[in-house]
Amino acid sequence: MAEIEIHNLCKSYGSVKALDDLCMTVEKNGFYGLIGPDGAGKTTLMRIITSLLVPDSGSLSVGGLDPVRDYKKLRLKLGYMPGKFSLYPDLSVEENLRFFAGVFGTTIKENYHLIKNIYQHIEPFKNRRAGKLSGGMKQKLALSCALIHKPEILILDEPTTGVDAVSRREFWDMLNEIRNYGITILVSTPYMEEAVICDNISLLFAGKVVESGTPDEIVSRYSAKVYSIKTNNIPVTLKTLRNLSGIKSVNSFGQNIHLVFSDETHSEMDISEFLKKYDVLDAEISIIKAGIEDCFIDYILRSTNQ
Amino acid sequence: MITDENIIVVENLVKKFGNFTANDNLSFEVKRSEIFGFLGANGAGKTTAIKILCGLSFPTSGKVSVAGFDVYKKRNEIRKNIGYMSQGFSLYEDLTVKENIEFYAGIYGLRRSEIKDRFEDLVQKLGIEELKNKLVSDLPLGWKQKIAFSVAIFHKPQIVFLDEPTSGVDPITRRQFWDLIYEAVESGITVFITTHYLDEAEYCNRVCIMAEGRIDAIGTPDELKKKYYSLNMDEVFVKIARGN
Repeated sequence: MAEIEIHNLCKSYGSVKALDDLCMTVEKNGFYGLIGPDGAGKTTLMRIITSLLVPDSGSLSVGGLDPVRDYKKLRLKLGYMPGKFSLYPDLSVEENLRFFAGVFGTTIKENYHLIKNIYQHIEPFKNRRAGKLSGGMKQKLALSCALIHKPEILILDEPTTGVDAVSRREFWDMLNEIRNYGITILVSTPYMEEAVICDNISLLFAGKVVESGTPDEIVSRYSAKVYSIKTNNIPVTLKTLRNLSGIKSVNSFGQNIHLVFSDETHSEMDISEFLKKYDVLDAEISIIKAGIEDCFIDYILRSTNQ
Repeated sequence: MITDENIIVVENLVKKFGNFTANDNLSFEVKRSEIFGFLGANGAGKTTAIKILCGLSFPTSGKVSVAGFDVYKKRNEIRKNIGYMSQGFSLYEDLTVKENIEFYAGIYGLRRSEIKDRFEDLVQKLGIEELKNKLVSDLPLGWKQKIAFSVAIFHKPQIVFLDEPTSGVDPITRRQFWDLIYEAVESGITVFITTHYLDEAEYCNRVCIMAEGRIDAIGTPDELKKKYYSLNMDEVFVKIARGN
Protein backbone atom coordinates (compact mmCIF):
# COMPACT_ATOMS: atom_id res chain seq x y z
CA MET A 1 0.00 0.00 0.00
CA ALA A 2 1.19 3.48 -0.80
CA GLU A 3 1.84 5.83 2.12
CA ILE A 4 2.88 8.76 -0.05
CA GLU A 5 1.51 9.09 -3.56
CA ILE A 6 2.38 11.99 -5.81
CA HIS A 7 1.16 12.69 -9.33
CA ASN A 8 2.28 15.44 -11.70
CA LEU A 9 3.34 17.77 -8.94
CA CYS A 10 4.46 21.25 -10.04
CA LYS A 11 5.79 24.15 -8.01
CA SER A 12 7.45 27.31 -9.30
CA TYR A 13 9.09 30.24 -7.60
CA GLY A 14 8.74 33.06 -10.10
CA SER A 15 10.30 31.78 -13.29
CA VAL A 16 12.14 28.92 -11.58
CA LYS A 17 10.48 25.52 -11.82
CA ALA A 18 11.37 23.90 -8.51
CA LEU A 19 9.24 20.83 -9.20
CA ASP A 20 8.41 19.91 -12.74
CA ASP A 21 5.64 17.32 -13.18
CA LEU A 22 7.00 15.09 -10.46
CA CYS A 23 5.57 11.63 -9.75
CA MET A 24 6.59 9.36 -6.90
CA THR A 25 5.22 6.58 -4.69
CA VAL A 26 6.48 5.58 -1.25
CA GLU A 27 5.16 2.30 0.12
CA LYS A 28 3.97 1.89 3.70
CA ASN A 29 6.93 1.12 5.97
CA GLY A 30 9.21 1.92 3.04
CA PHE A 31 12.68 3.36 3.42
CA TYR A 32 12.87 5.83 0.59
CA GLY A 33 15.83 7.97 -0.43
CA LEU A 34 15.73 11.15 -2.49
CA ILE A 35 19.14 11.75 -4.02
CA GLY A 36 20.04 15.00 -5.67
CA PRO A 37 22.33 18.02 -5.52
CA ASP A 38 21.38 21.42 -4.11
CA GLY A 39 18.60 22.98 -6.14
CA ALA A 40 17.17 19.68 -7.39
CA GLY A 41 13.87 20.29 -5.58
CA LYS A 42 14.28 17.98 -2.57
CA THR A 43 13.37 20.54 0.08
CA THR A 44 10.42 21.92 -1.89
CA LEU A 45 9.06 18.41 -2.31
CA MET A 46 9.41 17.66 1.40
CA ARG A 47 7.75 20.93 2.38
CA ILE A 48 4.79 20.13 0.16
CA ILE A 49 4.52 16.61 1.57
CA THR A 50 4.63 17.98 5.13
CA SER A 51 1.90 20.57 4.30
CA LEU A 52 4.26 23.53 4.77
CA LEU A 53 3.99 24.60 1.13
CA VAL A 54 1.05 24.46 -1.25
CA PRO A 55 1.78 23.03 -4.73
CA ASP A 56 0.82 24.92 -7.92
CA SER A 57 -0.74 21.82 -9.45
CA GLY A 58 -0.80 18.04 -9.29
CA SER A 59 -2.22 15.69 -6.73
CA LEU A 60 -0.80 14.05 -3.66
CA SER A 61 -1.87 11.91 -0.79
CA VAL A 62 0.18 11.42 2.37
CA GLY A 63 -0.91 8.83 4.93
CA GLY A 64 -4.25 8.72 3.09
CA LEU A 65 -4.73 12.49 3.56
CA ASP A 66 -4.51 15.54 1.34
CA PRO A 67 -1.76 17.81 2.75
CA VAL A 68 -3.55 20.94 1.51
CA ARG A 69 -7.01 20.18 2.91
CA ASP A 70 -6.29 17.87 5.85
CA TYR A 71 -3.09 19.47 7.05
CA LYS A 72 -4.09 19.47 10.72
CA LYS A 73 -4.76 15.73 10.81
CA LEU A 74 -1.72 15.03 8.69
CA ARG A 75 0.72 16.89 10.91
CA LEU A 76 -0.13 14.55 13.81
CA LYS A 77 1.10 11.63 11.72
CA LEU A 78 4.34 13.24 10.61
CA GLY A 79 7.79 13.56 12.08
CA TYR A 80 9.90 16.14 10.26
CA MET A 81 13.57 16.92 10.60
CA PRO A 82 14.30 20.03 8.54
CA GLY A 83 17.66 20.61 6.89
CA LYS A 84 18.48 23.48 9.17
CA PHE A 85 18.64 22.94 12.94
CA SER A 86 15.25 24.23 14.09
CA LEU A 87 14.97 23.37 17.77
CA TYR A 88 14.94 25.95 20.56
CA PRO A 89 18.59 26.85 21.19
CA ASP A 90 17.93 28.30 24.64
CA LEU A 91 15.98 25.32 25.93
CA SER A 92 17.93 22.39 27.30
CA VAL A 93 18.14 19.05 25.51
CA GLU A 94 15.51 17.55 27.78
CA GLU A 95 13.24 20.62 27.63
CA ASN A 96 13.20 20.49 23.84
CA LEU A 97 12.28 16.85 23.88
CA ARG A 98 9.60 17.36 26.52
CA PHE A 99 8.19 20.28 24.56
CA PHE A 100 7.80 18.25 21.37
CA ALA A 101 6.28 15.32 23.28
CA GLY A 102 3.85 17.73 24.98
CA VAL A 103 2.75 19.44 21.78
CA PHE A 104 1.72 16.06 20.41
CA GLY A 105 -0.01 15.04 23.64
CA THR A 106 2.43 12.38 24.71
CA THR A 107 5.33 12.02 27.15
CA ILE A 108 9.00 11.11 26.86
CA LYS A 109 8.33 8.03 28.97
CA GLU A 110 5.58 6.70 26.75
CA ASN A 111 7.72 6.54 23.62
CA TYR A 112 11.20 6.35 25.11
CA HIS A 113 11.77 2.93 23.51
CA LEU A 114 11.61 4.58 20.08
CA ILE A 115 14.41 7.02 20.72
CA LYS A 116 16.45 5.09 23.26
CA ASN A 117 19.31 4.09 20.92
CA ILE A 118 19.67 7.64 19.64
CA TYR A 119 18.90 9.64 22.76
CA GLN A 120 21.20 7.74 25.09
CA HIS A 121 24.18 9.30 23.28
CA ILE A 122 23.06 12.78 24.34
CA GLU A 123 21.29 11.95 27.60
CA PRO A 124 24.43 12.68 29.66
CA PHE A 125 24.09 16.27 28.39
CA LYS A 126 20.34 16.57 28.92
CA ASN A 127 20.69 19.79 30.92
CA ARG A 128 22.85 21.49 28.31
CA ARG A 129 21.22 24.14 26.12
CA ALA A 130 20.49 22.79 22.64
CA GLY A 131 22.32 25.73 21.05
CA LYS A 132 25.54 24.66 22.80
CA LEU A 133 25.59 21.13 21.37
CA SER A 134 28.05 19.94 18.73
CA GLY A 135 26.74 19.31 15.22
CA GLY A 136 26.47 15.57 15.70
CA MET A 137 24.62 15.96 19.00
CA LYS A 138 22.19 18.49 17.53
CA GLN A 139 21.41 16.01 14.81
CA LYS A 140 20.63 13.27 17.33
CA LEU A 141 18.41 15.60 19.36
CA ALA A 142 16.55 16.74 16.25
CA LEU A 143 15.92 13.12 15.31
CA SER A 144 14.73 12.31 18.84
CA CYS A 145 12.32 15.28 18.76
CA ALA A 146 10.98 14.22 15.36
CA LEU A 147 10.33 10.70 16.68
CA ILE A 148 9.03 11.26 20.19
CA HIS A 149 5.33 11.33 19.20
CA LYS A 150 5.69 8.03 17.30
CA PRO A 151 4.96 9.41 13.83
CA GLU A 152 3.69 7.13 11.09
CA ILE A 153 5.88 8.87 8.55
CA LEU A 154 9.33 10.32 9.23
CA ILE A 155 10.67 12.92 6.81
CA LEU A 156 14.29 13.98 6.98
CA ASP A 157 15.73 16.76 4.85
CA GLU A 158 19.45 16.21 4.27
CA PRO A 159 20.20 14.98 7.78
CA THR A 160 23.79 14.08 6.85
CA THR A 161 24.89 17.15 4.90
CA GLY A 162 28.08 18.61 6.31
CA VAL A 163 28.48 15.58 8.56
CA ASP A 164 31.70 13.56 8.44
CA ALA A 165 31.75 10.20 6.69
CA VAL A 166 31.79 8.06 9.82
CA SER A 167 28.93 9.89 11.57
CA ARG A 168 26.99 9.75 8.30
CA ARG A 169 27.20 6.00 8.26
CA GLU A 170 26.09 5.75 11.88
CA PHE A 171 23.12 7.97 11.13
CA TRP A 172 21.97 5.75 8.26
CA ASP A 173 22.24 2.71 10.54
CA MET A 174 20.05 4.50 13.10
CA LEU A 175 17.42 5.17 10.44
CA ASN A 176 17.48 1.54 9.42
CA GLU A 177 16.65 0.59 13.00
CA ILE A 178 13.76 3.06 13.22
CA ARG A 179 12.17 1.16 10.39
CA ASN A 180 11.58 -1.79 12.67
CA TYR A 181 8.85 0.21 14.39
CA GLY A 182 6.75 0.25 11.24
CA ILE A 183 7.56 3.88 10.46
CA THR A 184 7.73 4.98 6.82
CA ILE A 185 10.91 6.93 6.15
CA LEU A 186 11.60 9.50 3.42
CA VAL A 187 15.10 10.93 3.54
CA SER A 188 17.08 13.17 1.19
CA THR A 189 20.82 13.44 0.59
CA PRO A 190 23.28 15.02 -1.83
CA TYR A 191 25.81 12.20 -1.20
CA MET A 192 25.16 9.87 -4.11
CA GLU A 193 26.35 6.55 -2.75
CA GLU A 194 25.12 6.61 0.82
CA ALA A 195 21.42 6.09 0.08
CA VAL A 196 21.97 2.59 -1.31
CA ILE A 197 20.89 1.38 2.14
CA CYS A 198 17.34 2.53 1.22
CA ASP A 199 15.03 0.02 -0.40
CA ASN A 200 13.86 2.52 -3.00
CA ILE A 201 15.44 5.69 -4.27
CA SER A 202 14.70 8.47 -6.71
CA LEU A 203 17.35 10.56 -8.37
CA LEU A 204 16.19 14.16 -8.52
CA PHE A 205 17.60 16.80 -10.84
CA ALA A 206 16.13 20.17 -11.85
CA GLY A 207 12.74 19.37 -10.30
CA LYS A 208 12.33 16.05 -12.08
CA VAL A 209 12.63 12.44 -11.04
CA VAL A 210 15.37 11.24 -13.33
CA GLU A 211 15.46 7.62 -12.24
CA SER A 212 13.72 5.60 -9.58
CA GLY A 213 13.64 2.05 -8.30
CA THR A 214 15.72 -0.08 -5.99
CA PRO A 215 19.41 0.89 -6.03
CA ASP A 216 20.15 -2.40 -7.83
CA GLU A 217 17.51 -1.77 -10.48
CA ILE A 218 18.89 1.69 -11.17
CA VAL A 219 22.47 0.61 -11.65
CA SER A 220 21.53 -2.46 -13.67
CA ARG A 221 19.48 -0.28 -16.05
CA TYR A 222 22.71 1.52 -16.84
CA SER A 223 23.83 -0.51 -19.82
CA ALA A 224 27.06 1.12 -20.99
CA LYS A 225 30.38 -0.45 -20.00
CA VAL A 226 32.22 1.51 -17.33
CA TYR A 227 36.01 1.22 -17.50
CA SER A 228 37.80 1.96 -14.27
CA ILE A 229 41.37 3.19 -14.59
CA LYS A 230 43.50 3.11 -11.49
CA THR A 231 46.51 5.40 -11.50
CA ASN A 232 48.71 7.36 -9.14
CA ASN A 233 48.41 10.51 -11.17
CA ILE A 234 44.74 11.35 -11.50
CA PRO A 235 45.03 14.94 -12.85
CA VAL A 236 47.44 14.11 -15.67
CA THR A 237 45.72 10.87 -16.64
CA LEU A 238 42.35 12.60 -16.62
CA LYS A 239 43.61 15.39 -18.88
CA THR A 240 45.20 12.86 -21.23
CA LEU A 241 42.09 10.67 -21.48
CA ARG A 242 39.89 13.62 -22.38
CA ASN A 243 41.64 13.64 -25.75
CA LEU A 244 40.91 9.98 -26.48
CA SER A 245 38.52 9.68 -29.39
CA GLY A 246 35.09 8.07 -28.98
CA ILE A 247 34.63 8.84 -25.30
CA LYS A 248 31.28 9.80 -23.87
CA SER A 249 32.49 10.72 -20.42
CA VAL A 250 35.62 10.51 -18.33
CA ASN A 251 35.47 11.41 -14.65
CA SER A 252 37.53 10.99 -11.52
CA PHE A 253 36.14 8.75 -8.78
CA GLY A 254 38.64 8.95 -5.95
CA GLN A 255 41.76 7.01 -6.90
CA ASN A 256 40.13 5.75 -10.10
CA ILE A 257 38.95 7.31 -13.31
CA HIS A 258 35.69 6.06 -14.83
CA LEU A 259 35.51 6.13 -18.58
CA VAL A 260 32.52 5.43 -20.81
CA PHE A 261 32.72 5.20 -24.61
CA SER A 262 29.96 6.57 -26.80
CA ASP A 263 29.60 3.21 -28.59
CA GLU A 264 30.65 -0.43 -28.33
CA THR A 265 33.33 -0.35 -31.02
CA HIS A 266 35.97 0.72 -28.49
CA SER A 267 37.65 -1.44 -25.91
CA GLU A 268 40.16 -1.65 -23.11
CA MET A 269 42.95 -1.85 -25.69
CA ASP A 270 42.11 1.64 -26.96
CA ILE A 271 42.61 3.02 -23.47
CA SER A 272 45.82 1.19 -22.64
CA GLU A 273 47.50 1.95 -25.97
CA PHE A 274 46.50 5.58 -25.78
CA LEU A 275 47.83 5.95 -22.24
CA LYS A 276 51.12 4.25 -23.16
CA LYS A 277 51.53 6.66 -26.04
CA TYR A 278 51.27 9.54 -23.60
CA ASP A 279 53.61 7.97 -21.03
CA VAL A 280 51.00 7.05 -18.44
CA LEU A 281 52.45 3.66 -17.59
CA ASP A 282 50.96 2.72 -14.23
CA ALA A 283 47.31 2.50 -15.29
CA GLU A 284 45.36 -0.61 -14.29
CA ILE A 285 42.19 -0.91 -16.36
CA SER A 286 39.14 -2.98 -15.51
CA ILE A 287 35.44 -3.11 -16.30
CA ILE A 288 33.28 -2.38 -13.28
CA LYS A 289 29.63 -2.25 -12.30
CA ALA A 290 28.25 1.28 -12.43
CA GLY A 291 27.39 3.06 -9.20
CA ILE A 292 24.62 5.55 -8.46
CA GLU A 293 26.96 8.47 -9.15
CA ASP A 294 27.81 7.05 -12.61
CA CYS A 295 24.09 6.92 -13.38
CA PHE A 296 23.59 10.45 -12.15
CA ILE A 297 26.45 11.85 -14.18
CA ASP A 298 25.15 10.03 -17.24
CA TYR A 299 21.75 11.64 -16.80
CA ILE A 300 23.10 15.16 -16.33
CA LEU A 301 25.23 14.79 -19.47
CA ARG A 302 22.28 13.52 -21.48
CA SER A 303 19.95 16.25 -20.28
CA THR A 304 22.40 19.08 -20.89
CA ASN A 305 23.42 17.87 -24.35
CA GLN A 306 19.86 17.74 -25.61
CA MET B 1 54.90 21.42 -9.11
CA ILE B 2 55.15 20.99 -5.37
CA THR B 3 58.26 22.66 -4.03
CA ASP B 4 60.30 22.05 -0.90
CA GLU B 5 59.49 25.46 0.40
CA ASN B 6 57.20 25.53 3.43
CA ILE B 7 54.41 28.03 2.94
CA ILE B 8 52.58 27.19 6.16
CA VAL B 9 54.49 26.22 9.29
CA VAL B 10 52.63 25.20 12.44
CA GLU B 11 54.60 24.26 15.56
CA ASN B 12 52.93 23.13 18.78
CA LEU B 13 49.77 25.09 18.10
CA VAL B 14 47.40 25.12 21.05
CA LYS B 15 44.03 26.86 21.13
CA LYS B 16 41.83 26.74 24.21
CA PHE B 17 38.35 28.05 24.82
CA GLY B 18 38.03 28.10 28.61
CA ASN B 19 38.70 24.53 29.72
CA PHE B 20 38.16 23.13 26.27
CA THR B 21 41.21 22.45 24.11
CA ALA B 22 40.11 22.80 20.49
CA ASN B 23 43.63 22.45 19.03
CA ASP B 24 45.95 20.31 21.10
CA ASN B 25 49.58 20.76 20.13
CA LEU B 26 49.36 20.64 16.34
CA SER B 27 52.53 20.61 14.26
CA PHE B 28 52.63 20.37 10.47
CA GLU B 29 53.89 22.10 7.36
CA VAL B 30 52.33 22.75 4.00
CA LYS B 31 54.56 23.02 0.90
CA ARG B 32 54.17 25.66 -1.75
CA SER B 33 51.82 24.52 -4.58
CA GLU B 34 50.60 21.56 -2.63
CA ILE B 35 46.96 20.45 -2.35
CA PHE B 36 46.64 19.87 1.37
CA GLY B 37 43.50 18.08 2.56
CA PHE B 38 42.42 18.87 6.10
CA LEU B 39 39.96 16.20 7.24
CA GLY B 40 38.33 15.10 10.43
CA ALA B 41 35.05 14.45 12.18
CA ASN B 42 32.75 17.33 13.09
CA GLY B 43 34.09 19.04 16.16
CA ALA B 44 37.65 17.77 15.63
CA GLY B 45 39.04 21.31 15.58
CA LYS B 46 39.39 21.96 11.85
CA THR B 47 37.54 25.28 11.77
CA THR B 48 39.45 26.58 14.80
CA ALA B 49 42.76 25.85 13.09
CA ILE B 50 41.66 27.40 9.79
CA LYS B 51 40.58 30.60 11.55
CA ILE B 52 44.02 30.87 13.11
CA LEU B 53 45.77 30.23 9.79
CA CYS B 54 43.64 32.94 8.15
CA GLY B 55 44.54 35.44 10.84
CA LEU B 56 41.03 35.62 12.28
CA SER B 57 41.86 34.20 15.69
CA PHE B 58 45.00 34.12 17.87
CA PRO B 59 46.51 30.86 19.07
CA THR B 60 46.74 30.30 22.82
CA SER B 61 50.32 29.22 22.26
CA GLY B 62 52.61 27.82 19.59
CA LYS B 63 54.30 29.14 16.49
CA VAL B 64 52.35 29.65 13.28
CA SER B 65 53.51 31.28 10.09
CA VAL B 66 51.53 31.62 6.88
CA ALA B 67 53.11 32.75 3.60
CA GLY B 68 56.14 33.74 5.65
CA PHE B 69 54.21 35.92 8.08
CA ASP B 70 53.74 35.41 11.80
CA VAL B 71 50.07 35.05 12.83
CA TYR B 72 50.61 37.03 16.01
CA LYS B 73 52.19 40.10 14.43
CA LYS B 74 51.46 40.17 10.71
CA ARG B 75 47.77 39.42 10.36
CA ASN B 76 47.16 42.08 7.72
CA GLU B 77 49.96 40.75 5.54
CA ILE B 78 48.56 37.25 5.88
CA ARG B 79 45.12 38.37 4.77
CA LYS B 80 46.56 40.05 1.67
CA ASN B 81 48.32 36.84 0.72
CA ILE B 82 45.49 34.38 1.14
CA GLY B 83 42.11 33.70 -0.42
CA TYR B 84 39.17 32.09 1.37
CA MET B 85 36.02 30.42 0.23
CA SER B 86 33.42 28.31 1.97
CA GLN B 87 29.98 27.07 1.16
CA GLY B 88 28.44 29.49 3.61
CA PHE B 89 30.33 32.62 2.66
CA SER B 90 31.07 33.30 -0.93
CA LEU B 91 29.41 35.97 -3.06
CA TYR B 92 26.97 38.82 -2.59
CA GLU B 93 23.67 37.59 -3.99
CA ASP B 94 22.34 41.02 -4.95
CA LEU B 95 25.42 42.07 -6.88
CA THR B 96 26.20 40.85 -10.37
CA VAL B 97 29.16 38.56 -11.05
CA LYS B 98 31.12 41.53 -12.38
CA GLU B 99 30.25 43.72 -9.39
CA ASN B 100 31.29 40.99 -6.97
CA ILE B 101 34.65 40.70 -8.65
CA GLU B 102 35.18 44.45 -8.79
CA PHE B 103 34.27 44.68 -5.13
CA TYR B 104 36.66 41.96 -3.96
CA ALA B 105 39.45 43.03 -6.27
CA GLY B 106 39.00 46.61 -5.05
CA ILE B 107 39.35 45.50 -1.44
CA TYR B 108 42.60 43.80 -2.30
CA GLY B 109 43.82 47.01 -3.90
CA LEU B 110 44.02 45.86 -7.49
CA ARG B 111 44.25 48.63 -10.07
CA ARG B 112 41.27 49.21 -12.33
CA SER B 113 43.16 48.21 -15.47
CA GLU B 114 44.36 45.05 -13.75
CA ILE B 115 40.82 44.18 -12.72
CA LYS B 116 39.56 44.71 -16.25
CA ASP B 117 42.22 42.50 -17.84
CA ARG B 118 41.91 39.70 -15.33
CA PHE B 119 38.13 39.81 -15.49
CA GLU B 120 38.18 39.45 -19.27
CA ASP B 121 40.53 36.47 -18.95
CA LEU B 122 38.22 34.90 -16.41
CA VAL B 123 35.11 35.39 -18.54
CA GLN B 124 36.95 33.70 -21.41
CA LYS B 125 38.26 30.84 -19.31
CA LEU B 126 34.95 30.00 -17.63
CA GLY B 127 32.82 30.85 -20.67
CA ILE B 128 30.54 33.12 -18.66
CA GLU B 129 29.95 35.90 -21.17
CA GLU B 130 26.20 35.50 -20.73
CA LEU B 131 26.36 35.29 -16.95
CA LYS B 132 28.75 38.11 -16.12
CA ASN B 133 26.09 40.81 -15.78
CA LYS B 134 23.55 38.64 -14.01
CA LEU B 135 22.80 38.89 -10.31
CA VAL B 136 24.46 36.11 -8.37
CA SER B 137 21.05 35.16 -6.95
CA ASP B 138 19.93 34.28 -10.50
CA LEU B 139 22.87 31.98 -11.22
CA PRO B 140 22.59 28.21 -11.30
CA LEU B 141 24.07 26.80 -8.09
CA GLY B 142 26.97 25.06 -9.73
CA TRP B 143 28.16 28.31 -11.23
CA LYS B 144 28.02 30.13 -7.91
CA GLN B 145 30.63 27.81 -6.44
CA LYS B 146 32.90 27.96 -9.46
CA ILE B 147 32.70 31.74 -9.62
CA ALA B 148 33.17 32.04 -5.85
CA PHE B 149 36.40 30.08 -6.21
CA SER B 150 37.57 32.30 -9.06
CA VAL B 151 36.83 35.35 -6.91
CA ALA B 152 38.79 33.87 -3.99
CA ILE B 153 41.92 33.58 -6.17
CA PHE B 154 41.34 36.71 -8.27
CA HIS B 155 44.01 38.68 -6.40
CA LYS B 156 46.50 35.83 -7.00
CA PRO B 157 47.00 34.86 -3.38
CA GLN B 158 49.79 32.50 -2.37
CA ILE B 159 47.36 30.23 -0.56
CA VAL B 160 43.66 29.62 -0.90
CA PHE B 161 41.63 28.11 1.95
CA LEU B 162 38.58 26.14 0.82
CA ASP B 163 36.18 25.10 3.57
CA GLU B 164 33.84 22.38 2.23
CA PRO B 165 33.63 24.11 -1.14
CA THR B 166 31.82 21.25 -2.89
CA SER B 167 29.19 20.45 -0.27
CA GLY B 168 25.86 19.67 -1.94
CA VAL B 169 27.15 20.41 -5.44
CA ASP B 170 26.08 18.12 -8.30
CA PRO B 171 28.55 15.41 -9.37
CA ILE B 172 29.59 17.08 -12.63
CA THR B 173 30.15 20.51 -11.09
CA ARG B 174 32.05 18.90 -8.24
CA ARG B 175 34.54 17.53 -10.76
CA GLN B 176 34.72 20.77 -12.71
CA PHE B 177 35.51 22.45 -9.43
CA TRP B 178 38.50 20.15 -9.01
CA ASP B 179 39.68 21.04 -12.51
CA LEU B 180 39.77 24.65 -11.32
CA ILE B 181 41.76 23.60 -8.26
CA TYR B 182 44.34 21.79 -10.40
CA GLU B 183 44.64 24.86 -12.61
CA ALA B 184 45.17 27.12 -9.61
CA VAL B 185 47.89 24.79 -8.36
CA GLU B 186 49.61 24.86 -11.74
CA SER B 187 49.73 28.63 -11.50
CA GLY B 188 51.59 28.26 -8.19
CA ILE B 189 48.77 28.67 -5.66
CA THR B 190 48.76 26.42 -2.59
CA VAL B 191 45.39 24.83 -1.79
CA PHE B 192 44.26 24.07 1.75
CA ILE B 193 40.93 22.24 1.59
CA THR B 194 38.39 20.57 3.86
CA THR B 195 35.80 18.16 2.52
CA HIS B 196 33.42 15.43 3.64
CA TYR B 197 33.65 13.70 0.25
CA LEU B 198 36.34 11.12 0.77
CA ASP B 199 36.87 10.55 -2.95
CA GLU B 200 38.20 14.11 -2.91
CA ALA B 201 40.74 13.17 -0.26
CA GLU B 202 42.36 11.01 -2.96
CA TYR B 203 42.99 14.11 -5.09
CA CYS B 204 45.07 15.81 -2.40
CA ASN B 205 48.87 15.60 -2.42
CA ARG B 206 48.83 15.13 1.32
CA VAL B 207 46.06 14.66 3.82
CA CYS B 208 45.91 15.49 7.51
CA ILE B 209 43.24 13.77 9.61
CA MET B 210 42.22 15.46 12.86
CA ALA B 211 40.42 13.88 15.79
CA GLU B 212 39.59 15.49 19.12
CA GLY B 213 41.86 18.45 18.55
CA ARG B 214 44.90 16.40 17.57
CA ILE B 215 46.44 15.22 14.33
CA ASP B 216 45.84 11.49 14.10
CA ALA B 217 47.45 10.90 10.74
CA ILE B 218 49.27 12.88 8.10
CA GLY B 219 50.76 11.80 4.78
CA THR B 220 50.08 11.19 1.12
CA PRO B 221 46.91 9.20 0.39
CA ASP B 222 49.14 6.28 -0.63
CA GLU B 223 51.15 6.37 2.59
CA LEU B 224 47.99 6.45 4.69
CA LYS B 225 46.36 3.62 2.79
CA LYS B 226 49.45 1.47 3.34
CA LYS B 227 49.78 2.41 6.98
CA TYR B 228 46.14 1.59 7.76
CA TYR B 229 45.92 -1.44 5.44
CA SER B 230 43.10 0.22 3.52
CA LEU B 231 41.98 0.14 -0.09
CA ASN B 232 40.88 3.76 -0.16
CA MET B 233 40.73 6.93 1.91
CA ASP B 234 37.20 6.15 3.01
CA GLU B 235 38.50 3.07 4.85
CA VAL B 236 41.42 5.02 6.29
CA PHE B 237 39.03 7.60 7.64
CA VAL B 238 36.71 5.03 9.19
CA LYS B 239 39.60 3.17 10.82
CA ILE B 240 41.04 6.33 12.32
CA ALA B 241 37.69 7.62 13.54
CA ARG B 242 36.89 4.30 15.21
CA GLY B 243 40.33 4.21 16.79
CA ASN B 244 41.97 1.18 15.17
